[in-house]
Amino acid sequence: MLEIKELAVSYGAITALHGVSLSVKPGSIVTLIGGNGAGKTTTLRTVSGLLKPQAGEILYNGKSLVGLKPHRVVELGLSHVPEGRMVFANLTVHENLMMGAYLQRDKNLIRASFESVFATFPRLQEREQQVAGTLSGGEQQMLAIGRALMSRPKFLMMDEPSLGIAPLLVKTIFEKIVEINRTQGITILLVEQNANLALEISHFGYVLETGKIILSDNSAALRQNPQVKSAYLGGG
Amino acid sequence: MEFLQQLINGLSLGAIYALIALGYTMVYGVLRFINFAHSDVFMVGAFAGFYLGRVLPAASFGGGLLVLFGAMVICAVLGVVIEKLAYRPLRGRSTLTVLITAIGVSLLLQNAGQLIFGANPKSFPKLFPQHNFTFGGMVLSSDQIAVFVVTIAILLGLHYIVMKTRIGTAMRALSFNPTAASLVGINNDMVISFTFALGSALAAAGGILYAINYPSIDPLMGTLPGLKAFVAAVLGGIGNIPGAALGGVLLGLIETLVVAMGGSTYRDAVAFAVLILILLVRPSGLLGKLQAEKV
Ligand SMILES: Nc1ncnc2c1ncn2[C@@H]1O[C@H](COP(=O)(O)OP(=O)(O)OP(=O)(O)O)[C@@H](O)[C@H]1O
Ligand SMILES: [Mg+2]
Repeated sequence: MLEIKELAVSYGAITALHGVSLSVKPGSIVTLIGGNGAGKTTTLRTVSGLLKPQAGEILYNGKSLVGLKPHRVVELGLSHVPEGRMVFANLTVHENLMMGAYLQRDKNLIRASFESVFATFPRLQEREQQVAGTLSGGEQQMLAIGRALMSRPKFLMMDEPSLGIAPLLVKTIFEKIVEINRTQGITILLVEQNANLALEISHFGYVLETGKIILSDNSAALRQNPQVKSAYLGGG
Repeated sequence: MEFLQQLINGLSLGAIYALIALGYTMVYGVLRFINFAHSDVFMVGAFAGFYLGRVLPAASFGGGLLVLFGAMVICAVLGVVIEKLAYRPLRGRSTLTVLITAIGVSLLLQNAGQLIFGANPKSFPKLFPQHNFTFGGMVLSSDQIAVFVVTIAILLGLHYIVMKTRIGTAMRALSFNPTAASLVGINNDMVISFTFALGSALAAAGGILYAINYPSIDPLMGTLPGLKAFVAAVLGGIGNIPGAALGGVLLGLIETLVVAMGGSTYRDAVAFAVLILILLVRPSGLLGKLQAEKV
Protein backbone atom coordinates (compact mmCIF):
# COMPACT_ATOMS: atom_id res chain seq x y z
CA MET A 1 0.00 0.00 0.00
CA LEU A 2 2.78 2.38 0.99
CA GLU A 3 6.23 1.85 -0.40
CA ILE A 4 9.13 4.09 0.62
CA LYS A 5 12.35 3.59 -1.32
CA GLU A 6 15.78 4.97 -0.47
CA LEU A 7 14.34 8.16 0.99
CA ALA A 8 16.88 10.88 1.74
CA VAL A 9 15.86 14.07 3.51
CA SER A 10 17.90 16.90 4.95
CA TYR A 11 17.33 20.11 6.83
CA GLY A 12 19.82 22.47 5.27
CA ALA A 13 23.22 20.98 6.03
CA ILE A 14 21.87 18.33 8.41
CA THR A 15 20.90 15.07 6.76
CA ALA A 16 18.10 13.44 8.74
CA LEU A 17 17.36 10.42 6.55
CA HIS A 18 20.04 8.50 4.65
CA GLY A 19 18.11 6.26 2.28
CA VAL A 20 15.20 4.85 4.27
CA SER A 21 13.16 2.08 2.70
CA LEU A 22 10.06 0.54 4.16
CA SER A 23 6.76 -0.86 3.04
CA VAL A 24 3.34 -1.19 4.59
CA LYS A 25 0.89 -3.88 3.46
CA PRO A 26 -2.81 -3.04 3.26
CA GLY A 27 -4.74 -3.83 6.42
CA SER A 28 -1.68 -4.05 8.64
CA ILE A 29 -0.28 -2.08 11.53
CA VAL A 30 3.38 -1.33 10.95
CA THR A 31 5.48 0.39 13.56
CA LEU A 32 8.57 2.50 13.17
CA ILE A 33 10.56 2.66 16.38
CA GLY A 34 13.76 4.47 17.24
CA GLY A 35 15.28 6.85 19.75
CA ASN A 36 15.29 10.63 19.86
CA GLY A 37 16.36 12.23 16.64
CA ALA A 38 16.37 8.97 14.68
CA GLY A 39 14.27 10.49 11.90
CA LYS A 40 10.83 9.03 12.61
CA THR A 41 8.97 12.34 12.46
CA THR A 42 10.96 13.37 9.41
CA THR A 43 9.83 10.20 7.64
CA LEU A 44 6.14 10.86 8.30
CA ARG A 45 6.40 14.55 7.45
CA THR A 46 7.97 13.67 4.12
CA VAL A 47 5.23 11.21 3.27
CA SER A 48 2.66 13.90 4.10
CA GLY A 49 4.30 16.42 1.79
CA LEU A 50 5.49 18.78 4.53
CA LEU A 51 9.11 18.09 3.57
CA LYS A 52 10.65 17.51 0.18
CA PRO A 53 13.04 14.59 -0.16
CA GLN A 54 16.49 15.01 -1.74
CA ALA A 55 16.21 11.57 -3.21
CA GLY A 56 14.08 8.47 -3.14
CA GLU A 57 10.53 7.56 -3.91
CA ILE A 58 7.27 7.34 -1.99
CA LEU A 59 4.59 5.25 -3.67
CA TYR A 60 1.03 5.04 -2.42
CA ASN A 61 -0.88 2.33 -4.26
CA GLY A 62 1.68 2.73 -7.01
CA LYS A 63 1.26 6.51 -7.27
CA SER A 64 4.15 8.78 -6.34
CA LEU A 65 3.52 11.20 -3.47
CA VAL A 66 6.76 13.11 -3.96
CA GLY A 67 6.13 16.77 -4.73
CA LEU A 68 2.46 16.73 -3.71
CA LYS A 69 1.19 19.43 -1.39
CA PRO A 70 -0.06 18.14 1.98
CA HIS A 71 -3.71 18.72 1.14
CA ARG A 72 -3.36 16.64 -2.01
CA VAL A 73 -1.93 13.79 0.03
CA VAL A 74 -4.97 13.95 2.33
CA GLU A 75 -7.18 13.88 -0.75
CA LEU A 76 -5.64 10.54 -1.72
CA GLY A 77 -6.77 8.97 1.56
CA LEU A 78 -3.73 9.39 3.82
CA SER A 79 -4.10 11.05 7.16
CA HIS A 80 -1.45 12.11 9.68
CA VAL A 81 -1.77 12.54 13.44
CA PRO A 82 1.21 14.81 14.05
CA GLU A 83 3.71 14.66 16.87
CA GLY A 84 2.58 16.83 19.75
CA ARG A 85 -1.08 16.45 18.69
CA MET A 86 -1.40 19.94 17.18
CA VAL A 87 -5.11 20.25 17.86
CA PHE A 88 -6.51 23.68 17.02
CA ALA A 89 -6.56 24.96 20.59
CA ASN A 90 -8.58 28.03 19.61
CA LEU A 91 -11.41 25.98 18.07
CA THR A 92 -14.03 23.83 19.76
CA VAL A 93 -13.89 20.05 19.63
CA HIS A 94 -16.71 20.15 17.09
CA GLU A 95 -14.88 22.66 14.90
CA ASN A 96 -11.66 20.63 15.11
CA LEU A 97 -13.52 17.59 13.84
CA MET A 98 -15.21 19.64 11.12
CA MET A 99 -11.75 20.74 9.97
CA GLY A 100 -10.74 17.08 9.87
CA ALA A 101 -13.55 16.64 7.34
CA TYR A 102 -12.45 19.74 5.41
CA LEU A 103 -12.27 17.98 2.04
CA GLN A 104 -15.49 16.09 2.59
CA ARG A 105 -18.45 17.85 0.97
CA ASP A 106 -21.10 15.18 1.51
CA LYS A 107 -23.09 16.16 4.64
CA ASN A 108 -24.30 12.62 5.22
CA LEU A 109 -20.79 11.24 5.14
CA ILE A 110 -19.65 13.95 7.58
CA ARG A 111 -22.46 13.01 9.94
CA ALA A 112 -21.48 9.34 9.65
CA SER A 113 -17.86 10.24 10.42
CA PHE A 114 -18.92 12.17 13.53
CA GLU A 115 -20.92 9.17 14.72
CA SER A 116 -18.05 6.80 14.12
CA VAL A 117 -15.51 9.05 15.89
CA PHE A 118 -17.86 9.55 18.84
CA ALA A 119 -18.41 5.80 19.04
CA THR A 120 -14.64 5.33 19.29
CA PHE A 121 -14.08 8.25 21.67
CA PRO A 122 -17.30 8.96 23.62
CA ARG A 123 -15.39 11.54 25.65
CA LEU A 124 -15.17 13.77 22.60
CA GLN A 125 -18.94 13.84 22.30
CA GLU A 126 -19.26 14.96 25.93
CA ARG A 127 -16.82 17.77 25.21
CA GLU A 128 -18.11 18.66 21.76
CA GLN A 129 -18.63 22.38 22.44
CA GLN A 130 -15.55 22.79 24.62
CA VAL A 131 -12.56 24.76 23.32
CA ALA A 132 -9.85 22.23 22.47
CA GLY A 133 -7.13 24.15 24.33
CA THR A 134 -8.89 23.37 27.60
CA LEU A 135 -8.90 19.58 27.06
CA SER A 136 -6.52 17.35 29.00
CA GLY A 137 -3.50 15.94 27.17
CA GLY A 138 -5.16 12.57 26.73
CA GLU A 139 -8.35 14.13 25.42
CA GLN A 140 -6.34 16.21 22.99
CA GLN A 141 -4.71 13.03 21.69
CA MET A 142 -8.14 11.48 21.19
CA LEU A 143 -9.19 14.63 19.38
CA ALA A 144 -6.08 14.55 17.18
CA ILE A 145 -6.84 10.94 16.21
CA GLY A 146 -10.54 11.69 15.79
CA ARG A 147 -9.75 14.68 13.60
CA ALA A 148 -7.52 12.52 11.40
CA LEU A 149 -10.30 9.93 11.08
CA MET A 150 -12.81 12.57 9.93
CA SER A 151 -11.22 12.59 6.48
CA ARG A 152 -12.19 8.89 6.20
CA PRO A 153 -8.60 7.82 5.48
CA LYS A 154 -7.51 4.47 4.19
CA PHE A 155 -4.02 4.99 5.55
CA LEU A 156 -3.32 6.54 8.93
CA MET A 157 0.06 7.73 10.19
CA MET A 158 0.48 8.40 13.90
CA ASP A 159 3.46 10.11 15.46
CA GLU A 160 4.01 9.12 19.09
CA PRO A 161 0.42 9.00 20.29
CA SER A 162 1.69 7.97 23.75
CA LEU A 163 3.78 11.10 24.20
CA GLY A 164 3.12 12.85 27.50
CA ILE A 165 0.08 10.79 28.42
CA ALA A 166 -0.62 8.85 31.64
CA PRO A 167 0.17 5.12 31.28
CA LEU A 168 -3.41 4.02 31.86
CA LEU A 169 -4.67 6.27 29.09
CA VAL A 170 -1.86 5.12 26.79
CA LYS A 171 -3.24 1.62 27.08
CA THR A 172 -6.73 2.82 26.14
CA ILE A 173 -5.41 4.73 23.16
CA PHE A 174 -3.47 1.72 21.90
CA GLU A 175 -6.61 -0.39 22.21
CA LYS A 176 -8.40 2.18 20.10
CA ILE A 177 -5.65 2.04 17.50
CA VAL A 178 -6.13 -1.71 17.19
CA GLU A 179 -9.90 -1.22 17.01
CA ILE A 180 -9.57 1.37 14.25
CA ASN A 181 -7.38 -1.03 12.29
CA ARG A 182 -9.62 -4.09 12.78
CA THR A 183 -13.12 -2.70 12.55
CA GLN A 184 -12.58 0.10 10.06
CA GLY A 185 -9.94 -1.66 8.02
CA ILE A 186 -7.60 1.33 8.13
CA THR A 187 -3.94 0.58 7.49
CA ILE A 188 -1.70 2.15 10.13
CA LEU A 189 1.90 3.33 10.25
CA LEU A 190 2.69 3.95 13.90
CA VAL A 191 5.74 5.85 15.05
CA GLU A 192 6.65 5.22 18.68
CA GLN A 193 9.35 5.50 21.28
CA ASN A 194 7.31 3.19 23.47
CA ALA A 195 8.63 0.16 21.59
CA ASN A 196 7.10 -2.35 23.97
CA LEU A 197 3.52 -1.34 23.33
CA ALA A 198 4.06 -0.59 19.68
CA LEU A 199 5.52 -4.03 18.96
CA GLU A 200 2.69 -5.62 20.94
CA ILE A 201 -0.08 -4.25 18.74
CA SER A 202 1.69 -4.16 15.37
CA HIS A 203 2.27 -6.85 12.77
CA PHE A 204 5.57 -5.66 11.45
CA GLY A 205 8.25 -3.33 12.75
CA TYR A 206 11.17 -1.26 11.53
CA VAL A 207 13.95 0.08 13.73
CA LEU A 208 15.34 3.44 12.71
CA GLU A 209 18.65 4.74 14.00
CA THR A 210 20.26 8.03 12.92
CA GLY A 211 18.41 8.13 9.65
CA LYS A 212 18.86 4.49 8.64
CA ILE A 213 16.72 1.37 9.02
CA ILE A 214 18.90 -1.02 11.00
CA LEU A 215 16.40 -3.82 11.56
CA SER A 216 13.06 -4.98 10.24
CA ASP A 217 11.03 -8.05 11.07
CA ASN A 218 7.70 -9.33 12.28
CA SER A 219 6.86 -7.53 15.49
CA ALA A 220 6.81 -10.74 17.49
CA ALA A 221 10.31 -11.57 16.28
CA LEU A 222 11.59 -8.06 16.94
CA ARG A 223 10.43 -8.30 20.53
CA GLN A 224 12.70 -11.30 20.97
CA ASN A 225 15.62 -9.70 19.19
CA PRO A 226 18.44 -9.15 21.71
CA GLN A 227 19.53 -5.90 20.06
CA VAL A 228 16.00 -4.48 20.27
CA LYS A 229 15.58 -5.78 23.80
CA SER A 230 18.65 -4.03 25.12
CA ALA A 231 18.23 -0.78 23.22
CA TYR A 232 14.48 -0.22 23.17
CA LEU A 233 12.71 -2.55 25.54
CA GLY A 234 14.66 -1.59 28.63
CA GLY A 235 16.13 -4.97 29.44
CA GLY A 236 18.61 -7.60 28.35
CA MET B 1 -24.66 67.97 23.58
CA GLU B 2 -21.23 69.01 22.42
CA PHE B 3 -19.87 65.87 24.01
CA LEU B 4 -22.45 63.65 22.31
CA GLN B 5 -21.71 65.32 19.00
CA GLN B 6 -18.02 64.56 19.42
CA LEU B 7 -18.88 61.02 20.41
CA ILE B 8 -20.74 60.52 17.13
CA ASN B 9 -17.89 62.04 15.15
CA GLY B 10 -15.39 59.87 17.00
CA LEU B 11 -17.39 56.73 16.44
CA SER B 12 -17.71 57.34 12.72
CA LEU B 13 -13.97 57.96 12.39
CA GLY B 14 -13.33 54.90 14.57
CA ALA B 15 -15.56 52.75 12.40
CA ILE B 16 -13.36 53.55 9.41
CA TYR B 17 -10.17 52.77 11.33
CA ALA B 18 -11.78 49.52 12.42
CA LEU B 19 -12.53 48.48 8.84
CA ILE B 20 -8.91 49.05 7.82
CA ALA B 21 -7.47 47.55 11.00
CA LEU B 22 -9.33 44.29 10.36
CA GLY B 23 -7.36 43.74 7.16
CA TYR B 24 -4.03 44.19 8.93
CA THR B 25 -5.00 41.84 11.70
CA MET B 26 -6.47 39.10 9.50
CA VAL B 27 -3.42 39.02 7.25
CA TYR B 28 -1.18 39.03 10.32
CA GLY B 29 -3.23 36.11 11.62
CA VAL B 30 -2.50 33.88 8.63
CA LEU B 31 0.95 35.08 7.53
CA ARG B 32 2.45 36.75 10.64
CA PHE B 33 3.52 39.94 8.91
CA ILE B 34 2.23 43.48 8.58
CA ASN B 35 1.01 44.13 5.07
CA PHE B 36 2.11 47.73 4.67
CA ALA B 37 0.51 47.89 1.23
CA HIS B 38 -2.88 47.59 2.91
CA SER B 39 -3.20 51.36 3.35
CA ASP B 40 -2.79 51.79 -0.40
CA VAL B 41 -5.48 49.23 -1.12
CA PHE B 42 -7.65 51.54 0.98
CA MET B 43 -6.65 54.38 -1.37
CA VAL B 44 -7.46 52.29 -4.45
CA GLY B 45 -10.84 51.55 -2.88
CA ALA B 46 -11.57 55.26 -2.64
CA PHE B 47 -10.55 55.81 -6.28
CA ALA B 48 -12.59 52.82 -7.42
CA GLY B 49 -15.53 54.50 -5.68
CA PHE B 50 -14.68 57.79 -7.38
CA TYR B 51 -14.77 56.31 -10.88
CA LEU B 52 -17.69 53.98 -10.26
CA GLY B 53 -19.58 56.92 -8.79
CA ARG B 54 -19.37 58.59 -12.18
CA VAL B 55 -20.80 55.76 -14.18
CA LEU B 56 -23.27 54.32 -11.71
CA PRO B 57 -26.45 56.07 -10.58
CA ALA B 58 -25.03 57.83 -7.54
CA ALA B 59 -26.65 59.99 -4.87
CA SER B 60 -29.28 57.34 -4.39
CA PHE B 61 -29.25 54.80 -1.64
CA GLY B 62 -29.11 51.79 -3.98
CA GLY B 63 -26.58 53.45 -6.28
CA GLY B 64 -24.30 54.25 -3.36
CA LEU B 65 -24.39 50.67 -2.17
CA LEU B 66 -23.67 49.45 -5.67
CA VAL B 67 -20.58 51.67 -5.86
CA LEU B 68 -19.48 50.42 -2.47
CA PHE B 69 -19.91 46.82 -3.49
CA GLY B 70 -18.13 47.34 -6.82
CA ALA B 71 -15.13 48.93 -5.10
CA MET B 72 -14.99 46.08 -2.60
CA VAL B 73 -14.89 43.54 -5.40
CA ILE B 74 -12.16 45.46 -7.26
CA CYS B 75 -9.99 45.67 -4.15
CA ALA B 76 -10.62 42.03 -3.25
CA VAL B 77 -9.19 41.09 -6.63
CA LEU B 78 -6.29 43.53 -6.16
CA GLY B 79 -5.51 42.02 -2.75
CA VAL B 80 -5.44 38.50 -4.17
CA VAL B 81 -3.18 39.58 -7.04
CA ILE B 82 -0.76 41.37 -4.69
CA GLU B 83 -0.53 38.31 -2.47
CA LYS B 84 0.00 35.98 -5.41
CA LEU B 85 2.65 38.07 -7.17
CA ALA B 86 4.53 39.67 -4.28
CA TYR B 87 4.13 37.58 -1.13
CA ARG B 88 3.53 34.00 -2.20
CA PRO B 89 6.96 33.59 -3.86
CA LEU B 90 8.47 34.58 -0.50
CA ARG B 91 6.69 31.91 1.52
CA GLY B 92 9.08 30.47 4.08
CA ARG B 93 11.46 33.44 3.87
CA SER B 94 12.19 35.65 6.85
CA THR B 95 9.55 38.08 8.02
CA LEU B 96 11.91 40.96 7.32
CA THR B 97 12.11 40.04 3.63
CA VAL B 98 8.34 40.02 3.36
CA LEU B 99 8.02 43.30 5.28
CA ILE B 100 10.42 45.06 2.94
CA THR B 101 8.51 43.67 -0.02
CA ALA B 102 5.28 45.02 1.47
CA ILE B 103 6.81 48.48 1.68
CA GLY B 104 7.87 48.10 -1.96
CA VAL B 105 4.34 47.15 -3.00
CA SER B 106 3.04 50.14 -1.06
CA LEU B 107 5.37 52.51 -2.93
CA LEU B 108 4.43 50.88 -6.21
CA LEU B 109 0.71 51.40 -5.59
CA GLN B 110 1.24 55.02 -4.53
CA ASN B 111 3.28 55.85 -7.59
CA ALA B 112 1.05 53.92 -9.94
CA GLY B 113 -1.82 55.85 -8.37
CA GLN B 114 -0.14 59.17 -9.14
CA LEU B 115 0.52 58.05 -12.67
CA ILE B 116 -2.96 56.77 -13.37
CA PHE B 117 -5.20 58.98 -11.22
CA GLY B 118 -2.98 62.09 -11.20
CA ALA B 119 -1.34 63.61 -8.16
CA ASN B 120 -3.89 66.36 -7.59
CA PRO B 121 -6.60 65.81 -4.99
CA LYS B 122 -9.99 65.00 -6.49
CA SER B 123 -13.27 65.90 -4.93
CA PHE B 124 -15.29 62.82 -4.14
CA PRO B 125 -18.84 62.62 -5.53
CA LYS B 126 -21.88 62.39 -3.28
CA LEU B 127 -22.75 58.72 -3.26
CA PHE B 128 -25.71 58.81 -0.91
CA PRO B 129 -28.66 61.23 -0.73
CA GLN B 130 -27.63 64.17 1.45
CA HIS B 131 -29.59 65.03 4.53
CA ASN B 132 -28.77 66.32 7.99
CA PHE B 133 -30.73 65.03 10.93
CA THR B 134 -30.77 67.30 13.97
CA PHE B 135 -31.71 66.14 17.43
CA GLY B 136 -31.71 69.04 19.86
CA GLY B 137 -28.57 70.70 18.60
CA MET B 138 -26.84 67.51 17.56
CA VAL B 139 -26.23 66.96 13.88
CA LEU B 140 -26.03 63.56 12.26
CA SER B 141 -25.39 63.60 8.53
CA SER B 142 -26.68 60.91 6.20
CA ASP B 143 -23.08 60.14 5.33
CA GLN B 144 -22.33 59.46 8.99
CA ILE B 145 -25.37 57.23 9.17
CA ALA B 146 -24.05 55.41 6.11
CA VAL B 147 -20.78 54.87 7.95
CA PHE B 148 -22.54 53.32 10.92
CA VAL B 149 -24.97 51.19 8.95
CA VAL B 150 -22.38 49.91 6.50
CA THR B 151 -19.78 49.24 9.19
CA ILE B 152 -22.19 47.37 11.43
CA ALA B 153 -23.47 45.31 8.49
CA ILE B 154 -19.91 44.48 7.46
CA LEU B 155 -18.85 43.55 10.98
CA LEU B 156 -21.84 41.24 11.36
CA GLY B 157 -21.11 39.67 7.98
CA LEU B 158 -17.46 39.24 8.89
CA HIS B 159 -18.36 37.69 12.22
CA TYR B 160 -20.58 35.22 10.42
CA ILE B 161 -17.91 34.34 7.87
CA VAL B 162 -15.14 33.89 10.42
CA MET B 163 -17.12 32.06 13.07
CA LYS B 164 -19.69 30.05 11.16
CA THR B 165 -18.45 29.11 7.71
CA ARG B 166 -16.08 26.38 6.59
CA ILE B 167 -13.56 28.79 5.12
CA GLY B 168 -13.72 31.08 8.16
CA THR B 169 -13.04 28.17 10.48
CA ALA B 170 -10.15 27.20 8.21
CA MET B 171 -8.78 30.75 8.58
CA ARG B 172 -8.81 30.40 12.35
CA ALA B 173 -7.28 26.93 12.16
CA LEU B 174 -4.53 28.12 9.81
CA SER B 175 -3.79 31.12 11.97
CA PHE B 176 -3.33 28.83 14.98
CA ASN B 177 -1.19 26.19 13.27
CA PRO B 178 -0.50 26.17 9.51
CA THR B 179 1.14 22.75 9.60
CA ALA B 180 -1.83 21.12 11.27
CA ALA B 181 -4.14 22.98 8.90
CA SER B 182 -2.41 21.53 5.84
CA LEU B 183 -2.46 18.06 7.41
CA VAL B 184 -6.26 18.06 7.64
CA GLY B 185 -6.47 18.89 3.95
CA ILE B 186 -6.78 22.67 4.03
CA ASN B 187 -5.21 24.31 1.00
CA ASN B 188 -3.35 27.01 2.92
CA ASP B 189 -2.62 29.13 -0.14
CA MET B 190 -6.30 29.22 -1.00
CA VAL B 191 -7.26 30.31 2.51
CA ILE B 192 -4.55 32.99 2.45
CA SER B 193 -5.92 34.30 -0.85
CA PHE B 194 -9.37 34.40 0.67
CA THR B 195 -8.05 36.32 3.67
CA PHE B 196 -6.46 38.92 1.41
CA ALA B 197 -9.70 39.23 -0.56
CA LEU B 198 -11.69 39.75 2.60
CA GLY B 199 -9.27 42.20 4.19
CA SER B 200 -8.91 44.20 0.98
CA ALA B 201 -12.68 44.39 0.50
CA LEU B 202 -12.99 45.83 4.01
CA ALA B 203 -10.25 48.35 3.21
CA ALA B 204 -12.20 49.41 0.11
CA ALA B 205 -15.31 49.94 2.20
CA GLY B 206 -13.20 51.95 4.64
CA GLY B 207 -11.79 54.00 1.75
CA ILE B 208 -15.21 54.93 0.45
CA LEU B 209 -16.66 55.73 3.86
CA TYR B 210 -13.60 57.87 4.52
CA ALA B 211 -13.95 59.64 1.19
CA ILE B 212 -17.61 60.53 1.63
CA ASN B 213 -16.84 62.17 4.97
CA TYR B 214 -13.55 63.86 4.05
CA PRO B 215 -14.46 64.64 0.51
CA SER B 216 -11.15 64.91 -1.28
CA ILE B 217 -9.00 61.98 -2.28
CA ASP B 218 -5.45 61.62 -3.63
CA PRO B 219 -3.03 58.75 -4.23
CA LEU B 220 -1.18 59.33 -0.96
CA MET B 221 -4.32 59.51 1.15
CA GLY B 222 -3.83 55.99 2.52
CA THR B 223 -0.67 56.64 4.48
CA LEU B 224 -2.02 58.36 7.56
CA PRO B 225 -5.30 56.47 8.05
CA GLY B 226 -3.37 53.29 7.26
CA LEU B 227 -0.79 53.95 9.96
CA LYS B 228 -3.50 54.84 12.44
CA ALA B 229 -5.46 51.71 11.62
CA PHE B 230 -2.27 49.72 12.12
CA VAL B 231 -2.00 51.30 15.58
CA ALA B 232 -5.65 50.36 16.16
CA ALA B 233 -4.86 46.74 15.27
CA VAL B 234 -1.95 46.72 17.71
CA LEU B 235 -4.08 48.41 20.34
CA GLY B 236 -6.70 45.67 20.06
CA GLY B 237 -4.10 42.90 19.86
CA ILE B 238 -2.60 42.15 16.46
CA GLY B 239 -4.08 38.97 15.01
CA ASN B 240 -7.23 39.34 17.10
CA ILE B 241 -10.30 40.16 15.00
CA PRO B 242 -12.65 41.60 17.65
CA GLY B 243 -9.58 43.43 18.98
CA ALA B 244 -9.07 45.25 15.68
CA ALA B 245 -12.68 46.44 15.65
CA LEU B 246 -12.43 47.58 19.26
CA GLY B 247 -9.03 49.22 18.72
CA GLY B 248 -10.33 51.13 15.69
CA VAL B 249 -13.35 52.50 17.50
CA LEU B 250 -11.31 53.44 20.58
CA LEU B 251 -8.66 55.18 18.52
CA GLY B 252 -11.27 57.16 16.59
CA LEU B 253 -12.86 58.25 19.85
CA ILE B 254 -9.58 59.20 21.50
CA GLU B 255 -8.43 61.17 18.47
CA THR B 256 -11.71 63.06 18.20
CA LEU B 257 -11.86 63.83 21.90
CA VAL B 258 -8.30 65.14 21.96
CA VAL B 259 -9.12 67.42 19.03
CA ALA B 260 -12.35 68.54 20.72
CA MET B 261 -10.43 69.44 23.86
CA GLY B 262 -8.36 71.87 21.85
CA GLY B 263 -5.54 69.60 20.85
CA SER B 264 -6.11 69.69 17.12
CA THR B 265 -2.38 70.29 16.57
CA TYR B 266 -1.87 66.83 18.02
CA ARG B 267 -4.53 65.10 15.92
CA ASP B 268 -2.05 62.86 14.15
CA ALA B 269 0.28 62.46 17.11
CA VAL B 270 -2.44 60.90 19.24
CA ALA B 271 -2.28 57.56 17.49
CA PHE B 272 1.45 57.29 17.98
CA ALA B 273 1.20 58.23 21.63
CA VAL B 274 -1.34 55.43 21.95
CA LEU B 275 1.03 53.05 20.16
CA ILE B 276 3.92 53.85 22.48
CA LEU B 277 1.69 53.57 25.51
CA ILE B 278 0.23 50.21 24.55
CA LEU B 279 3.65 48.80 23.68
CA LEU B 280 4.91 49.87 27.11
CA VAL B 281 1.91 48.81 29.16
CA ARG B 282 0.39 45.88 27.35
CA PRO B 283 2.32 44.87 24.23
CA SER B 284 -0.08 42.05 23.44
CA GLY B 285 -2.90 44.60 23.01
CA LEU B 286 -6.22 44.86 24.77
CA LEU B 287 -7.66 41.53 23.63
CA GLY B 288 -4.49 39.79 22.49
CA LYS B 289 -2.85 36.93 24.30
CA LEU B 290 0.74 37.29 25.35
CA GLN B 291 3.03 35.15 23.27
CA ALA B 292 6.64 35.16 22.33
CA GLU B 293 7.01 36.21 18.73
CA LYS B 294 9.79 34.97 16.53
CA VAL B 295 10.70 37.54 13.90
N1 LIG C 1 13.30 21.69 11.56
C1 LIG C 1 14.49 21.09 11.69
N2 LIG C 1 15.63 21.77 11.39
C2 LIG C 1 16.83 21.16 11.52
N3 LIG C 1 17.01 19.90 11.91
C3 LIG C 1 15.93 19.18 12.23
C4 LIG C 1 14.61 19.74 12.15
N4 LIG C 1 13.73 18.79 12.52
C5 LIG C 1 14.44 17.71 12.82
N5 LIG C 1 15.77 17.93 12.66
C6 LIG C 1 16.85 16.95 12.87
O1 LIG C 1 16.58 15.81 12.12
C7 LIG C 1 16.87 14.64 12.85
C8 LIG C 1 15.65 13.74 12.89
O2 LIG C 1 14.62 14.39 13.61
P1 LIG C 1 13.18 13.76 13.82
O3 LIG C 1 12.33 14.81 14.43
O4 LIG C 1 12.72 13.16 12.56
O5 LIG C 1 13.46 12.62 14.89
P2 LIG C 1 12.46 11.67 15.64
O6 LIG C 1 12.89 10.29 15.36
O7 LIG C 1 11.08 12.01 15.33
O8 LIG C 1 12.78 12.01 17.17
P3 LIG C 1 11.82 12.11 18.44
O9 LIG C 1 11.53 10.73 18.87
O10 LIG C 1 12.63 12.85 19.44
O11 LIG C 1 10.59 12.85 18.01
C9 LIG C 1 17.35 15.11 14.20
O12 LIG C 1 18.74 15.07 14.21
C10 LIG C 1 16.86 16.52 14.31
O13 LIG C 1 17.73 17.30 15.09
MG1 LIG D 1 9.55 12.73 16.42
